[in-house]
Amino acid sequence: NTPAIIKDMRHFRLGVQEKSLRAFHYKDEWQAPGSAGSLAETLGKRLQLRGYQVRHKQHDGYRIVAAMRGGTGRLGYILSHAAIVVICIGGLLDGNLPLKLAEIRGELKIETRDVPVSEIPAASTLGADNSSFRGSVNIPEGSRADFVFLGMRDGYLLQKLPFTVALEDFRIEHYPSGMPKSFESDLLIIDPELDEPLRKTIAVNHPWVYKGYAIYQASFSDGGSTMQLQAWSLDKPSNEPLQIEGVVNGSNRLNTPRGEYALEIIDFKPFNVFPAGDGSGKQFQNYGPSVIFKLRAANGEAREYVNYQVPLMVEERPFLLSGMRATPAEEYRFIHIPLDADGGIKRFMRFLAMASDMERVTEVTKQQAGSELAMQPDDPMYQDFVKSMAGLVRLFIEQGIDAVVELAEENVPEEKRNEAISSYIKVVQGVLGTLYVEMLREEGVDVSGGIDEAQALYFDDALNAFSLIGPYGSPMYLRLQEYEHVEATGLQITRAPGQSVVYLGCVMLMAGVFFMFYLHHRRLWLRIEEHEGESRVLFAAATHRERSDFDREFDKLKGDLRHNSNAVLSRI
Amino acid sequence: MSVTSDIMQNEFDTTPFLKRLGAFDWVWALLVVAGSVIAHQFYSSLMDGYEVGILYGTAAGLIWLGWGWKPMRGFSLAVALLSLAAIGLYGTELARGETSFFLKFLISSQSAIMWMSALYVMATAAYFFELAIGSKFSGKVGSAMTWSATVMGSVGLMVRWRESYLLGADIGHIPVSNLYEVFVLFAVMTALLYLTYERRYDNRAMGAFVLTVISAAVGFILWYTFDREAHHIQPLVPALQSYWMKIHVPANFVGYGAFALSAMLGVAYLLIDRNPTGMMAKRLPSTEVLDDIMYKAIALGFAFFTVATVLGAMWAAEAWGGYWSWDPKETWALIVWLNYAAWLHLRLTKGWRGRPLAWWAIVGLFVTLFAFVGVNMFLSGLHSYGTL
Ligand code: HEM
Repeated sequence: NTPAIIKDMRHFRLGVQEKSLRAFHYKDEWQAPGSAGSLAETLGKRLQLRGYQVRHKQHDGYRIVAAMRGGTGRLGYILSHAAIVVICIGGLLDGNLPLKLAEIRGELKIETRDVPVSEIPAASTLGADNSSFRGSVNIPEGSRADFVFLGMRDGYLLQKLPFTVALEDFRIEHYPSGMPKSFESDLLIIDPELDEPLRKTIAVNHPWVYKGYAIYQASFSDGGSTMQLQAWSLDKPSNEPLQIEGVVNGSNRLNTPRGEYALEIIDFKPFNVFPAGDGSGKQFQNYGPSVIFKLRAANGEAREYVNYQVPLMVEERPFLLSGMRATPAEEYRFIHIPLDADGGIKRFMRFLAMASDMERVTEVTKQQAGSELAMQPDDPMYQDFVKSMAGLVRLFIEQGIDAVVELAEENVPEEKRNEAISSYIKVVQGVLGTLYVEMLREEGVDVSGGIDEAQALYFDDALNAFSLIGPYGSPMYLRLQEYEHVEATGLQITRAPGQSVVYLGCVMLMAGVFFMFYLHHRRLWLRIEEHEGESRVLFAAATHRERSDFDREFDKLKGDLRHNSNAVLSRI
Repeated sequence: MSVTSDIMQNEFDTTPFLKRLGAFDWVWALLVVAGSVIAHQFYSSLMDGYEVGILYGTAAGLIWLGWGWKPMRGFSLAVALLSLAAIGLYGTELARGETSFFLKFLISSQSAIMWMSALYVMATAAYFFELAIGSKFSGKVGSAMTWSATVMGSVGLMVRWRESYLLGADIGHIPVSNLYEVFVLFAVMTALLYLTYERRYDNRAMGAFVLTVISAAVGFILWYTFDREAHHIQPLVPALQSYWMKIHVPANFVGYGAFALSAMLGVAYLLIDRNPTGMMAKRLPSTEVLDDIMYKAIALGFAFFTVATVLGAMWAAEAWGGYWSWDPKETWALIVWLNYAAWLHLRLTKGWRGRPLAWWAIVGLFVTLFAFVGVNMFLSGLHSYGTL
């Protein structure tokens, strides 16, 4: 019915019958002096002034003046509805219907394994002739790629590109809060059809469109930063540390007394900014570089760790921070390792070694049994007592403070529990304190006049750290040393041939909607019949819809027309 | 038709539009042009070509609006003067916001928005008073307060724009970038739309209904400010650093504002419909007129929402790598659009009127509300700039 509407839009209906005019809702009639011809002339002019298009026709015995306005309003209807069809066609062009069909026919197999690109089978690879896709790829600095990955449900497909994209440089800037402010990539397109590679910098909101392929700056990630890690055994703290060369996304094998572990380095961050100060959100502190890794035991179980490189000052004392969590859903639980005066952790490890050395611990408990409780070795309780004290220290070192509390919960009735816990802790503190003093003596510190405050604080800090080593669950502490930061750009590359179709549809839609609502199609007719030097004017109007606005317009029109025809006889 | 004969005998005014403009129209237009040129000179280093286009486009739109709807002239001058005063008082130091009396208590963006909030709530009360006892005076007070609140809200946004640059040149941005800012925009936009209808139909009792939804928005703003401290100016994520934001977001809120307004008139309609001889019926416009305003508002909102969605898609094609990704906000915007498209179809092609459409407009507000805040609360996607 489209052509009919357009035809109708241009048609003035000069052949309208008197009967139909009288059937209209909007009508008026009056008597005026003068000939039909001159009246038609005058009134037609008035309507033109009001913005109407006007046509005249002389019939047998009467004249018809037909006028209309806002014909495009009808066009709006066609435009906006056709637009929906156009948009749907465009959208279909860019949809992944062909992929779905190929998958149903069994020609495509979604790859779910995490394998190198070279090992992805042909059944999971799409050729460069695929006309529409949206995929992504991470390219480390100095590397290149001629493919993207299309994420599909639980896996992906490999999409080949007819050219190669290389990343020359990646740059990122941050706000003081550490939030990314802008990031951009210097890209190179190497196309066999080009004599020379093309160069361009892309950024968020500024993609590069090449041959219908749009390359977007979507994200960024670590591109395989390398680093040296110093591995301190927590099981055998007296061992010298091991040197490990790590790389992000790489994996190292670690042999430990608890069995073989895989060290999987997940991420490296060159800085970590956190809110600081009064919490107004305006002050920030940079915690420096960090490495995030997983330690996977032989049985496949893994825990995630984050280790900071730069010591953090807490109450003016420096600590190394390491956080642990069993699943990514949890918050990290942090262990604070106190630093030695020389910035190392040798001393901490030496103290830990002493505390884990059961012979030395037993030795101390024996002394304490003798000196503090005045027990004799032949006391029937002596052996039990020494054993349980040493056991308590061992429990504390190996499983942490939580285990000590649990022990009390299991063995002591509730009303005495708190008392028991504090006495357990006193025992641990007593034994480790004695060992600490021994260590100080070995270091050549004069402890005859007691120990100074700094030494005392170090002892507290070390004990706090010890109390978390059990739950920490790692056979070693990895200290981040040298690193080389390598970034990778995250690109999204799309081909969407339907886009221009969709945009065309959008323009049609917007134009159509405005035409439809704001250009009202309305028609007017004057039927003028001359009779003995006087004319009878029948004025009628039709409008498509909304009446209330037209009510006013019609009143105005008839007021004006009556006035200009010097109407004498009143309305119908 | 009972039209008196003197109206019937009047000629319509055939002077061309431009000749009908008065001196104040021209002075005002000149000021708008001058203001835009000065802003362009002043801030040209911060604008790209598109933004310059948007600036002059806005100026042209404002002039057109002011010529067609005269109160816009005084309104925009008031907003401009107060905003310039605040900018002048700030100078280059954000800290003046704490020391300058006028900034601290009146026209720093936070204070202005607080004034806006208070005035809208008081205006609501005044309009209700009119509705209840028919005091014309109270209605006028409501009107005046709504105007003042709208001026203050607009000043709040303009000054916040400046404040964001005072925080840091790289932090500066137009304040339509997160849920807090757009709620203020929503209140202002809905009020402006309402004020045009109030004048055109010369009825203030409708204000009680429309201002209720604005007061609800104010309630949200206050909760968001005091409970969530969401009123701090935040720097923009890279995806938002684009001229598109300046057109995508305001266009959306003409839509949301108009939808909210029509829903509230729908409530008014249903109340009269239920009790055609009650005091509501006496004070409010007739059901036909309400029905007509509802239609006009939805048509306007729909047109703008269409544009906003198209602009969003075009922006998405630049920022997210595809013009449509079935992101929850996109999907829900489509649902809102389809909902009002259906409403308009039933009215225009099936000739529906009155009660069912009034109900539907109210339901539409809930659909809109879900798209607006529900999506941010319950669904996560690329398009969440302000969490709840
Ligand atoms: C087809 C795509 C899009 C649609 C349908 C869409 C829809 C909407 C809607 C309905 C609103 C109104 C407020 C709200 O509901 O939250 C809105 C606001 C907004 N949009 Fe979009 N949008 C699209 C794309 C984008 C893109 C690509 C960006 C930026 C990268 C963007 C940025 C914003 C911002 C900053 C706001 C105001 C803050 C807010 O309300 O959350 N939009 N958009």
